[in-house]
Amino acid sequence: MSILINKNTKVVVQGITGRDGAFHAQKMKAYGTNVVAGVSPGKAGQNLEGIPIFNSVGDAREATGANASVIFVPAPYAADAILEASYAGIELVVAITEGVPVKDMIRVMPVLRQRGTQLIGPNCPGLITPGECMIGILPGNIFKTGNVGLMSRSGTLTYEVVNLLTENEMGQTTCIGIGGDPVAGLYYQELLQLFENDPDTKGVVLIGEIGGDAEEQAARFIKERMTKPVVAFIAGQTAPPGKRMGHAGAIISSGTGTAEEKIKAFAEAGVPVAKEPSQIPGLLKRLLDK
Amino acid sequence: MKIHEYQARNLFRKYGIPVPDAVVCHTVEEVEALVPDDGKLRVIKAQVHAGGRGKAGGVKLARTKAEAVENARKILGMDIKGYTVEKVLVGNAVDIDKEFYVGLINDRNNKAVTLMVSAEGGVEIEEVAKVSPEKILKVTIDPMMGLMDWQAREIAMRFFPDIRHARTAADIFRKLYALYLDTDSSLAEINPLVITQQGDVMAIDGKMNFDDNALFRQPELLEMREVTPDEQKEIDAHAKGLSYIKLDGTIGCMVNGAGLAMATMDMIKLYGGEPANFLDIGGSSNPQKVIDAMNILLSDKNVKAVMINIFGGITRCDDVAKGLITALDQIKTDIPIVVRLSGTNAKEGLEILKSTGLPTVKTMSEAASKAIELSKI
Repeated sequence: MSILINKNTKVVVQGITGRDGAFHAQKMKAYGTNVVAGVSPGKAGQNLEGIPIFNSVGDAREATGANASVIFVPAPYAADAILEASYAGIELVVAITEGVPVKDMIRVMPVLRQRGTQLIGPNCPGLITPGECMIGILPGNIFKTGNVGLMSRSGTLTYEVVNLLTENEMGQTTCIGIGGDPVAGLYYQELLQLFENDPDTKGVVLIGEIGGDAEEQAARFIKERMTKPVVAFIAGQTAPPGKRMGHAGAIISSGTGTAEEKIKAFAEAGVPVAKEPSQIPGLLKRLLDK
Repeated sequence: MKIHEYQARNLFRKYGIPVPDAVVCHTVEEVEALVPDDGKLRVIKAQVHAGGRGKAGGVKLARTKAEAVENARKILGMDIKGYTVEKVLVGNAVDIDKEFYVGLINDRNNKAVTLMVSAEGGVEIEEVAKVSPEKILKVTIDPMMGLMDWQAREIAMRFFPDIRHARTAADIFRKLYALYLDTDSSLAEINPLVITQQGDVMAIDGKMNFDDNALFRQPELLEMREVTPDEQKEIDAHAKGLSYIKLDGTIGCMVNGAGLAMATMDMIKLYGGEPANFLDIGGSSNPQKVIDAMNILLSDKNVKAVMINIFGGITRCDDVAKGLITALDQIKTDIPIVVRLSGTNAKEGLEILKSTGLPTVKTMSEAASKAIELSKI
C-alpha cells in the first residue's frame, strides 16, 4: 500500500513539449510510471517517445482515462493549467513549476476545494511510491520500497534524507515534496492523516523549514491524532530573520516562523527533532523498534 | 520587493485612499526651500526600507522653519538598520484623535488574503500580535467574492462608533484590497489610519511589499524599485539562476537546493563555524553557474573557506565534478575549498575530483568540520 499514487495511477504531463516537460516525462516513464498522455495545445496527434499528445487535458482524460496530472508549464500559465486539470476531472494535480504568483494560487484554491481536486505544489519536486509510480522530478534510483512515509518542503534536502534512509535499509511507502511556496496544496496535516490510515506505513519523517506555522500545527496534529511515530527535521536554524519571510505571515499565527519555535512545538508533542539529517534514520529506528 | 512610504502613499492616493499632503526632499536645501516659516507643526520622516524608523530617530517634528531644516540635516544620511537615509518626506502634522491599524496579508493557513484591523494603531503590530493577539481582528477574505461591502462595513463599525467614520473606513478597506490585488501585493498596511480632531478619516503612514514572483506583470512597480548594494548582489545572482543571501560568517557555502542550503548553514553553525552566505545554485551541473557562484562567494572578503555541498539527483555527480573542474580552472584562489558529493554517481564524481587535489568528503558533517578546520589555518 501507499498514499495518493500507486501502480494503477495514470499520468498526463501538461507542458510535455517544453524542455523540462519532455525530459522528465521520459524519466518518469523510464522509472515505470504509467505515463499515458501529454498535453500541448496545437500538437494533438504527435507523440513523445510513444506518449500520445493531446490539445487539452479534457481530451487526454477522455482518450486515456488519466487520473493524475503533472504540470511543467511556465509560471505565468501554471495556475490556469491547474484549473484546466481540475475542470477535466483529474483527481491529483502535481505542480512542479517554480515562481507561480501567490495571488494566482489563492484564486484557484476555492475551485479545487469545490471540485475535490487534490493538489501537490507548486514549486515542488513531486511524489513517489517506490517501485510503482513517480510523478515529478525525483531521482527514482535513491528510493526503495519499505514502510517509512516522508513529507518535505524542500527538494534536495529530501534526497539527502531519503538516501540516508535507503542506506540504512529503511525503505519508503510514499515520499512527497509538498513545495516551498507560501500557498500550496496538500500539506502536513492532510498527509499525516493519509499516512496514519495507510496500513503499510509504520513511521513518518517530516522535513520542515522556517516560515509560517505549518510545523507547529503539524506538531499539534501528531500529538492529538497520530498513533504512528514521527521524526522531524527543521532547516533554517541559522537563517537571518526577515530575509525571505516578512513578519507578515507570522502575525496571523502569533508566532515568528523561526526554527526554534518549531523545534519547541515538536518537543512538546513528543516528536524527536534531528539536529542534523544523519540522525534521522537512527531516531526513527529507535521508535519503530519500541 | 519593498517600496518607500511615500511610494505607498502615492499608490493609496491613486486608489482614492485619503492621505495628507507631503513632499519628498533629497537635500537639506530642498527642505529649506519648501517649508515656509508659518509656525505650523510639520513632520519630517526618513524614507528607508526598514521598520522602527521612529525609534531610530528617523521621524521628527518641527515647529519652525529653522527646526525643520535642522531635523532634515540630522535625518538625511542617518543609518537605520543598515539603510542610509537618502530621502525625507515633509508634510503638515495631523491632529490625531484616534489611531488604528489596518493590514492585508496572504494567509498561508487559510490560503486566502486576510484583513487585520486593530485599535492599537501607530505602534509595531508585531508587538501587539505577540503581547495581546486578541486585540487584532482578523477576517479571511473569500477569493471568489473579494472583500464584500457589508463585510467591510461590519468590521469598520466595530472600531468606529460614528457611522460616518465607519463608512469612510469601510471604503478605505475595500480600496486597499483592490490596490492589494491589482499590484500582486504580499503586505499592505495603513499604520496608523486615524480620525483627526477635525473628524476626517485618513491614512497617515503606509507600507507595501510585493510578490517577487509576480513582478513580471507589474512593470510600474519595477520602476519604483530601489536596492542597496547587498540587495543588488542578490538580484544579480538571481538573474544568473542563483539564489544568494549574504551573511556575516567566514564559511562560504555553495549548495544545490534551498532546503539543503539551509541545512548546510545549520550544520556549519552546529559544528562551531559561521556561514558566510546562503547560496543555492539550483539543479544543474552547468560550469558557468559554478563559476558565477564562486565569483560571488569570493567577492565576500570575510570568506576564509568554501564548502561545496552537492547532492546528485537527476543531476549526476560526475557531471557536477566535471563542471567544478572547468570552473576551478578559471578561478585562481588561495581560499581552501572542500567538496562533498553524494547521491547519483557520487563515486565517479569523487574519482574525477581526485586529480584536483581538493579535499573531498562523502557526508555533510565531514564537509562542515573540514571547512571549519581549514578556515582557521
